[in-house]
Amino acid sequence: MKPVTTAFLSGILFGVGLALSQMTNPDKVLNFLDIAGNWDPSLVLVMAGALGITFFSFRKILKQPGQLFEVELYPINTAGIDKPLIIGSAIFGIGWGIGGYCPGPVVAGLGLGNVESVVMVFSMYTGFFVHRLFNK
Amino acid sequence: MENFTPFPAFSGGILIGLAASVLLLFNRRIAGISGIMAGMLAAGKTELFWRMAFLAGIVIGAGLFNLIKPDFYQPRENFPIWLLACAGFLVGFGTRMSNGCTSGHAICGIARLSLRSIVATLTFMASGFLTVYLMRHVLGGQV
Repeated sequence: MKPVTTAFLSGILFGVGLALSQMTNPDKVLNFLDIAGNWDPSLVLVMAGALGITFFSFRKILKQPGQLFEVELYPINTAGIDKPLIIGSAIFGIGWGIGGYCPGPVVAGLGLGNVESVVMVFSMYTGFFVHRLFNK
Repeated sequence: MENFTPFPAFSGGILIGLAASVLLLFNRRIAGISGIMAGMLAAGKTELFWRMAFLAGIVIGAGLFNLIKPDFYQPRENFPIWLLACAGFLVGFGTRMSNGCTSGHAICGIARLSLRSIVATLTFMASGFLTVYLMRHVLGGQV
């Protein structure tokens, strides 16, 4: 199988997972972030399910010295805890808390005909672009 | 907690974990959605194609699921577009600055016990909690 095929299959699994777990509903995400309100802990279980797999699979996969295809392992960021990590995460959290969308559900929403996803895609790319301008 | 849906949430999470495993095993890539999206801005042809295939897969996977189970998704109404655009900008800018989002840091990074990802996840969770607290309980917003 070609990298494009496996990436597509991975995407399908990811998209079904997001839709099944209803992370595509921004109100569900906001209800998770609303501890003082009508708290919905579903997102914790999404993370638990995902980590339950990746915690073991990543260990096994990353130990393999060779590669199955022509692609090489993408270099993993080994910088320590720095300011951009903290400030950037804090900024992301504010945007997440305002809109109820992190990037995955934005993409999945396109398949659900969610108009809000279109707004999010454009504004996220504006954010990517502005970040690039500052880091040239 | 009447909105709590543990079984779909946990099974959906398992699928997301499998998706990230497939991408790491065959493509040797971390399934971080923000990074994969942003990478399309500067990618050459081979880099571009797998990213497009992955993102198209998410769109189609979610779309197919919605055809079979249409009641899982309820569109939100009347959320101000300007506010959503602000949110999107912050999500885009912030995830580039910190090199990852919920998928890259919280699911893939924590799986490797990366200290960076653990700190990133705790930070965006904390700022997300605080933002929603301010929006819903201090500004009292119906936003």
